[in-house]
Amino acid sequence: MTLIYLITILVMAVFLGFELITKVPATLHTPLMSGSNAISGITIVGAVGVLLTHLSVSEVGVLPFILAAVALFFATINVVGGFVVSNRMLQKFKGRK
Amino acid sequence: MDYQTLFDAKEVLVGLLYLLSAIFFIIGIKNLSKPKTAPRGNMLGATGMFIAFLTAFIDFGIHIDVNSEAITATFDYWYILVAAIGLGAVIGVWSAIGVKMTGMPQMVAIFNGFGGGASLLVAGVFYQFELETTSASELAIPMLVATVLSGLIGAITFSGSLIAYGKLQGLKIIPGKPVNFRGDLALKLLMLVAMIVLGVVMVLNPGTIGWYWLIVLGGTLLGVLLVVGIGGADMPVVISLLNSYSGLAAAATGFVLGNVVLIIAGSLVGASGLILTMIMCKAMNRSLVNVLFGGFGGVDATSSESADTMYEGKITQTSSEEVAMVLESARRVVFVPGYGMAVARAATAVRQLSEDLEKAGVEVAFGIHPVAGRMPGHMNVLLAEESIPYDKLLDLDSVNPTFRQTDVAIVIGANDVVNPAAREENSAIAGMPIMDVDQAQTCVVIKRSLSPGFAGIPNPLFAKDNTLMLFGDGKKMIEEIVKEYKEL
Repeated sequence: MTLIYLITILVMAVFLGFELITKVPATLHTPLMSGSNAISGITIVGAVGVLLTHLSVSEVGVLPFILAAVALFFATINVVGGFVVSNRMLQKFKGRK
Repeated sequence: MDYQTLFDAKEVLVGLLYLLSAIFFIIGIKNLSKPKTAPRGNMLGATGMFIAFLTAFIDFGIHIDVNSEAITATFDYWYILVAAIGLGAVIGVWSAIGVKMTGMPQMVAIFNGFGGGASLLVAGVFYQFELETTSASELAIPMLVATVLSGLIGAITFSGSLIAYGKLQGLKIIPGKPVNFRGDLALKLLMLVAMIVLGVVMVLNPGTIGWYWLIVLGGTLLGVLLVVGIGGADMPVVISLLNSYSGLAAAATGFVLGNVVLIIAGSLVGASGLILTMIMCKAMNRSLVNVLFGGFGGVDATSSESADTMYEGKITQTSSEEVAMVLESARRVVFVPGYGMAVARAATAVRQLSEDLEKAGVEVAFGIHPVAGRMPGHMNVLLAEESIPYDKLLDLDSVNPTFRQTDVAIVIGANDVVNPAAREENSAIAGMPIMDVDQAQTCVVIKRSLSPGFAGIPNPLFAKDNTLMLFGDGKKMIEEIVKEYKEL
């Protein structure tokens, strides 16, 4: 994909982000943060990607694979932990009626 | 079978699936704008993530070679995938279930750090793989620039978040107080410039991976320097900013890989963190530059001296019995909690008192300052944990006009956010939006002593005629008031 497409998508997403987030009330800022935090773990896609390479250990050595595994480990903690903890908090907001 | 058609079909399928997951993220965040729909919003976000995760296996794992007319799959290292995901998921769930609500800021901080760390590692490994398969001169400059940004932002996020975690968790090895030394500002700026120069060098001379890891190392040091110099009161700003950075690092990695969903999700988070950062700065009436590069200034001997003259003979001390009597005749009571309430574990007692007051027909509300907790919205979560209905939690703008019709304002564990000195021009906290508790008929301040808050300045509220000081542990005092109130 060409660069200008990607930049267009970036700018549009930033504007969309501003529109969406300014509507979130202060009450929900902490769950919003932990939830968006989990979304920033989208790097998990990249971590899976680099581990599914054509290259092998004999070609590039073992280090890149270790680093990629650490990346996948980090991203998974970020994603899973973030969504679980947000859910825990949001259940509390249901409160008594 | 036409392999070109197959190839194109796979590209379209992968693109649509990534788009679908981005749509889930957007609708998910939209649903987070109301407490009722928020749990669903979070589930939608998680679903989007799962779709993106599965799509990655089709995208990167299945290769359709048009020239040799072959379909190959690269799952040779599946055991690494299973191990890393399994371990990460277990640790993620375990820490998310175990964390206390008071510990939420450091949990979010460390998750941010992991996100940033993952982004920089992915960009680095991808760069190395590119160097193996492509000649250096063929590498596109935008890809190289994105790699530099991913490494730099990712490293700052990673180390900065770990330091923030250490400070919030109260780890002994990291000082909680801001660490400042002569020339630290110059050093930070110098390092930033050095990193930019290194980045330019790397873009102009691709071919070795060494430059990249040098940038990562520099970014790591810069992250430490930036956060170690920031004090506890400014943590809400720092966490929001690091949240934003973790998104930007993911977006930069998206440019490295040419992956749309990383760019969309990353920029959504980048924007989100930036908005929260600005809200936090506004709540303290400070600029971001001031938070990052200078602590609270202007606290000198003269101001600590004036504390004695300000308080001398003007402090009205009260007892829990007297407070209970004041509450007996009140019709509207507003609680103004600060982080001190959470530290004293007084939330349960506060909820009990609020329920008893309501049973007696008193109108009860909670005034929540934006920086009442340790991160945006933190105090709301702490009170929600006590099942206090969210419609009783009023923000600064909605609660302030009501103090004139309020009989009793109860300040517990808060100081700077109720300091009327903010209304004066030459104060260290001048212009900071505060809770106008001094406008209430009676203001009860529950506090251990007259010691100043984070800003280090005395609070004229304590010396006002309509302010009653109840000295003691927050939890114990409220429990006593509950007891006295019942006996009346």
